[in-house]
Amino acid sequence: MQNGISRIILFISFCFLAMKAYATPGINMPYGVSPISQEIYNLHMAAFYICCGIGAITFGVLLYSLIKFRKSKGAEAAHFHEHLGIEIFWTVIPTLILVALAIPATIVLKHIHNTEESALTIKITGYQWRWKYEYLDQGISFFSKLSTTQDQINNKTKKDDWYLLEVDNEVVVPVNTKVKLLVTADDVIHAWWVPELGVKQDAVPGFINENWILVTQPGTYRGQCGELCGVNHAFMPIVVKAVSQAEFVKWVSGHQKVAENKLQDDSLDKAKAAIAAHHA
Amino acid sequence: MNHDIAHNNEISHDDDHHGPETGFKRWLFTTNHKDIGTLYLTLSCIMFFVAGTMALIIRVELFEPGRVILNPEFFNQMTTMHGLIMVFGVIMPAMAGLANWLIPMMIGSPDMALPRLNNWSFWLLPFAFSLLGSTLFMSGPAPDFGWTFYAPLSTTYGPKSTDFFIFSIHLMGASSIMAALNIVVTIFNMRAPGMTWTKLPIFVWTWLITAFLLLAVMPVLAGCVTMMLMDRHFHTSFFNAAGGGDPILFQHVFWFFGHPEVYILILPGFGVISEVIPTFSRKPLFGYMSMVYASCMIAILGFVVWMHHMFTTGAPYEAQLFFMYATMLVAVPTGIKVFNWVATIFKGSITFETPMLFALGFLVMFTLGGFSGLMLALVPSDYQYRDSYFVVAHFHYVLVSGSLFTIITAVYYWLPKWTGQMYSERLGQIHFWLSVIGMNVTFLPMHFLGLAGMPRRIPDYALQFTDFNQICTIGAFIFGFAQLILLYIVLKSCFSKSKPTATSQVWEGAKGLEWTLPSPVPYHTFETAPVIQ
Repeated sequence: MQNGISRIILFISFCFLAMKAYATPGINMPYGVSPISQEIYNLHMAAFYICCGIGAITFGVLLYSLIKFRKSKGAEAAHFHEHLGIEIFWTVIPTLILVALAIPATIVLKHIHNTEESALTIKITGYQWRWKYEYLDQGISFFSKLSTTQDQINNKTKKDDWYLLEVDNEVVVPVNTKVKLLVTADDVIHAWWVPELGVKQDAVPGFINENWILVTQPGTYRGQCGELCGVNHAFMPIVVKAVSQAEFVKWVSGHQKVAENKLQDDSLDKAKAAIAAHHA
Repeated sequence: MNHDIAHNNEISHDDDHHGPETGFKRWLFTTNHKDIGTLYLTLSCIMFFVAGTMALIIRVELFEPGRVILNPEFFNQMTTMHGLIMVFGVIMPAMAGLANWLIPMMIGSPDMALPRLNNWSFWLLPFAFSLLGSTLFMSGPAPDFGWTFYAPLSTTYGPKSTDFFIFSIHLMGASSIMAALNIVVTIFNMRAPGMTWTKLPIFVWTWLITAFLLLAVMPVLAGCVTMMLMDRHFHTSFFNAAGGGDPILFQHVFWFFGHPEVYILILPGFGVISEVIPTFSRKPLFGYMSMVYASCMIAILGFVVWMHHMFTTGAPYEAQLFFMYATMLVAVPTGIKVFNWVATIFKGSITFETPMLFALGFLVMFTLGGFSGLMLALVPSDYQYRDSYFVVAHFHYVLVSGSLFTIITAVYYWLPKWTGQMYSERLGQIHFWLSVIGMNVTFLPMHFLGLAGMPRRIPDYALQFTDFNQICTIGAFIFGFAQLILLYIVLKSCFSKSKPTATSQVWEGAKGLEWTLPSPVPYHTFETAPVIQ
């Protein structure tokens, strides 16, 4: 009847309405730049196509029935209310389909859980409402805060292209390097999520969760906090910059110099203060 | 007629000669299942428009990036209250209202087994919701931690109003537990002679299963909020790592309640659809016993899947695998139900009155929600979906075009029986189409938003999410205002002074004891039990 046909017309019209949105980054999950993000994308698409198939069959039979068996067209009702064969069929086949989906899902999950053999470790701590990154072996530590201004948020000035997805200090990682992430939090639960890297990990206060990323292409990848953490949950994004090994080494030593200088300045200041006090 | 057993107290109780009490005393002191059903449905309706308004406020703020009308603090309160009120104040009371109205009539019983307990079950709720709603008017924020109120955001960092929220949940929980008890006892003990378990109407079966779920998990929720209270005020550390506890424990306890809760929200709805589709297909329900078994399987499986709400919290590999497999398995009995409904329609003789329209809308759109649920079950994919708008899309498909549509179906289906007035079929159809269009325009784009990376529970978002958010907002207003049509239809039927326009059969294909009664039904029915062949 009009029901099913109208539904199809509705959906197609909606697609045309949404055409403009095709151009923007996505009506679909990003394929991403990490082997995990790509495996997840493939799994997601496989599940999606299977659902499309099951939907097409189920809704097809429904639509057919709604048209063919209308009382207004003279249909007379049958009386059957069971059929062992078909009931077994539609119990067993879906179960087999589920097994078929579960196998790749299990394999991808195994890959995600394998945090061994990483070349670099970063400890990520979620705070209300910023992230702290510590490169444990390199002795680097810094906070990363939203850099979009309040004026933009309050509509007083024009919004940047990366409105709400930009920070003052980005996380820099070398490409093609497995980076282990140790994720925790200082106050409430947060979550570190970068869609293009296929990673989301809850940051739980008092506990450390392990995960890993491997970025195959240089570039800048943006994400957001993925667990409600209070008033500014929307305002603590993540920006990961993947660079060549050489650039990474330069960046590391730059940060270490800053850290050293800060240490020297601090101790110099302390020494000066001590001398001044002594002379006073 | 022997009234002594039922009426052995001094309260001036009506009998068929005098009719019910008049005025507010009737509603305050009633022990009549029909009145209590009406009270539940009325509360649900009021709460629906309250929480619906909150949803529209949320959607206005999300119309474009940047601050629109709200600050983030109030936005968080709106999302929290919208969720709490819809779950606990709209869907659950509506289902309870349907249970009260229908179960006694369907099993040939004069009333529920425990009528005074029934009254109390209802009257706890206005107090519970007044307490919850009052937090919006206190100084300091109302609950603002999401309807899932995770610790430590809700414990260490929760506003003062959190304690009122906790007490409100306790009241709601007590109400549900008592109502569930009443339903179980009624169904076990008060079926008419000859009504064996295999003759029980399918709606009664689904409520029986739901009642057992409620009895099992509402106490868990009570335990959860009590532990919160302890952490907040009595220096315990259930959810505080610094004191030796674990924030993830909160999530385990909450979702052990939370997952069966969502089956509580849908199972009676499945029962409604299983009553309605056979009527308008003029064909018996396909696979009655497998429907019963499937509902039982869904309920049982529902106890062992809770961790699928927590896949990103850092559980070990094997645990995640178990919960993934168990969650995927729920698709089998759910699929069986969907196929059974389609098989009922197949080779039937179909007409498209409004209850059937909503039932068909449910059938398609709930199934879509089921598909996104299956996708969410896959752990690696869930890492991308979790806490994004993909999840919001999923649960609105199963709750709005799922649970809510089944309630609306039930109202259109049984309203003529309750009030004796046939609603306007034209208006019903307009309501249906606007609801379906509105619902899809609101929630279909949310799938895309989630996949594109938009997190949930945010008042402001990056520029690339603007277009879809605007579509969602427009859809929300269409859907929201369309519900005023339902309100008009219900009020017109309830307060109409004209003579009854509905027959006792009402729907040509309807079967069941309630359709043997006159429309509107008398205040007391089945005072003598019918005998079922």
